Amino acid sequence: MSALGLIFSNIHDNNIPELTAKRTVASIPFCGRYRLIDFALSNMVNSGIAKVGVITKSNFQSLMDHVGSGKDWDLARHYGGLFILPPFGVVENNFLYTTRLEALKNVTGFLNKSSEDFVVMSDSDMVCNMNFKPIIAYHVEKNAAMTFVYVEKEKYDVERKHTPCLTIENGVVEDVSYGSTEGKINLFTNVVVIKRTLLISMINEAVSHGKKHFIDDVVKPELSSGRVYAYKHEGYYEEITSLQKYYDENMKFLDKEVRDEVFRKANVYTKVKDSTPTEYGEKAIVKNSLVADGCRIEGEVYDSIIFRGVKIGRGTVVRNCILMQNTITGESVNLNCIIADKNVVIKDRRNLSGCENHPFFLPKGTVV
Amino acid sequence: MINKKESVAMLLAGGQGSRLYALTNRIAKPAVSYGGKYRIIDFPLSNCVNSGIDTVGVLTQYQPLVLNDYIGNGEPWDLDRSYGGVHILSPYQAKHGQEWYKGTANAIYQNISFIKSYKPEYVLILSGDHIYKMNYAKMISAHKKTGAACTIAAIKVPLSEASRFGIINVKENGEIYEFEEKPKQPKSDLASMGIYVFSADKLYEYLEADEADENSSKDFGKDVLPKMLAAGEKMFAYTFKGYWKDVGTINSLFESNMDLLNRDSELDINDPTWKIRSRNPIAPPQYIGENGRAVNSVVVSGCEIEGDVENSILSHDVTIRKGAVVRNSIIFSGADIGEGAKIDYAIIDENVKIGKNASVGEQNSEGKISVIGRDVVVSDGAKVPAGEITDKDV
Repeated sequence: MSALGLIFSNIHDNNIPELTAKRTVASIPFCGRYRLIDFALSNMVNSGIAKVGVITKSNFQSLMDHVGSGKDWDLARHYGGLFILPPFGVVENNFLYTTRLEALKNVTGFLNKSSEDFVVMSDSDMVCNMNFKPIIAYHVEKNAAMTFVYVEKEKYDVERKHTPCLTIENGVVEDVSYGSTEGKINLFTNVVVIKRTLLISMINEAVSHGKKHFIDDVVKPELSSGRVYAYKHEGYYEEITSLQKYYDENMKFLDKEVRDEVFRKANVYTKVKDSTPTEYGEKAIVKNSLVADGCRIEGEVYDSIIFRGVKIGRGTVVRNCILMQNTITGESVNLNCIIADKNVVIKDRRNLSGCENHPFFLPKGTVV
Repeated sequence: MINKKESVAMLLAGGQGSRLYALTNRIAKPAVSYGGKYRIIDFPLSNCVNSGIDTVGVLTQYQPLVLNDYIGNGEPWDLDRSYGGVHILSPYQAKHGQEWYKGTANAIYQNISFIKSYKPEYVLILSGDHIYKMNYAKMISAHKKTGAACTIAAIKVPLSEASRFGIINVKENGEIYEFEEKPKQPKSDLASMGIYVFSADKLYEYLEADEADENSSKDFGKDVLPKMLAAGEKMFAYTFKGYWKDVGTINSLFESNMDLLNRDSELDINDPTWKIRSRNPIAPPQYIGENGRAVNSVVVSGCEIEGDVENSILSHDVTIRKGAVVRNSIIFSGADIGEGAKIDYAIIDENVKIGKNASVGEQNSEGKISVIGRDVVVSDGAKVPAGEITDKDV
């Protein structure tokens, strides 16, 4: 059973305006050396999917730069491989999609040209290690129209207001609602398996009737057929839905169990940078921290995530921070609960502090 | 199709590297790890690419599996080309039988048709035994300028050590008038680096002549070059200044690795204008735990450090468990250093497992490096003394 992948790269941009000012959600740097889309792309590749379309809308230069030809994900192929699907606009009809359905309408050409049996749709705001093979097999076994992947969460784990939750009866999706009940919820991951031809006809029909919303207008009418199945994903799954959540989820990777679950069960691929090894100086003290390659650590780092190419000067103390690529700190700097976006420079003897439930954010290229 | 390249590089990577003992039991010398992220061959390959040479033949013979796998299609070095690129050239079977490569000159001779298919004007001969950064384009342009048949890269070495090298005696203008192989009384301090640029026609001519000579050992240094000089060919030395280190012995490999920890060393692998490329591991960032410590060391992604690391070099995916102490050592990828183990002045090869409280090497044993070969298991509490080299479980 062949399947192609579709990844939505912009759909949650508004959730984290700080980090998406100059990039898509998909290209948000994560955990030292990754971008969020690496998880969705690696899940596809690890599930044997060799053709992946990435739907983009705006701000996607950093994303294009990151994925390139797709070779780092083994997606630079003669047959299949990576397809970037930017908006199909003309001057008189300057159309940018606003909903998932409109985004899908934009890519019906790509879907029509393809020959794969199934489509696996995924968002790019999630961090997880998910194998689609058993999900597709389940979809086939049940002869489902659509299969929705969900995870069980406590209500308080999920802070987003418009969280889609599934009501499930005997494995069949009965209803999709937007975050209401207390206690346990079935959080919909936005991962959907569907037959390609069915997806095309659903899109065409919905659009010709002037429908706008994928869940409300396309999925919900389908639920009564009883052929929309739910598939539960076990194990680590988180969505990056706010700056706070971004901070907390990065920090979770200081836990070996989480690292082993996400990175050691299957490969997570990312763009390679030919960084040199990281150098630790004579006075370096590093505790409970993740450090990527290409760094030079002369000072002290505690409970932090350090991205590629970061320089920590002598006498500098970094605690509970996320320092993205090429952050440079001078000497005798004190940083606590800081999220520094790429290329931030912090000069000698500066003291900056946020707090754990309100990390202080420094935008890309800031000089302090 | 335009099928012509000005220069083609031939990289001799077939050497066994027997003086590296356990490290080269199952892999060729150029595939030996270096500096945490690299293998020795990354240096000549990166030099080629950075010098604008995009056609490289890599001649392999001894234990080529790891090397072939590592080079693959050459993508990490941007050598996956439609025309040119990197080619693995192993000995092959022909109508008249099959032959192993009998010497450096014979290895090139057997692949003359590969070189000729690119119709090059210059052929660069390289070896995979040294750590250095060199712009071959400069050497080739010097070769063009002098109009020599062959140009040999040379480096000044201390006169006291000159008797260990092949020494080149030159006139004031750099023209070579004499070779001396490991002379007892060296006349000059210019040592051959084993890097040659030939005008292609001269190379073909002398390789064919040497092949026909039954008394020849089919070696560039011993046979081909002296014959060219004797025949009155114009040969020049090209003097190279900078870091150049042979890594053909355990001690020199160890020292060259340790040079990376010395900030005053001439070898700058951080130079953005001359990047050393390598195949990147697929691994998460390195993690240093609550009890971990890394000082004056270089570490690569995928490492998990709960122990104490000082003056050491760690390749990717190395685990240093709680209470383990690693000093003055080089740990290759995938090794697992057990709780309470002590490692000092040692090279630990890929995927070695060191048991709890085991010890490898001893303090202050400079010059007596212990080596544990690939995949070896050192059992709990075992002791490997200074200078011991082993490829069997201990």
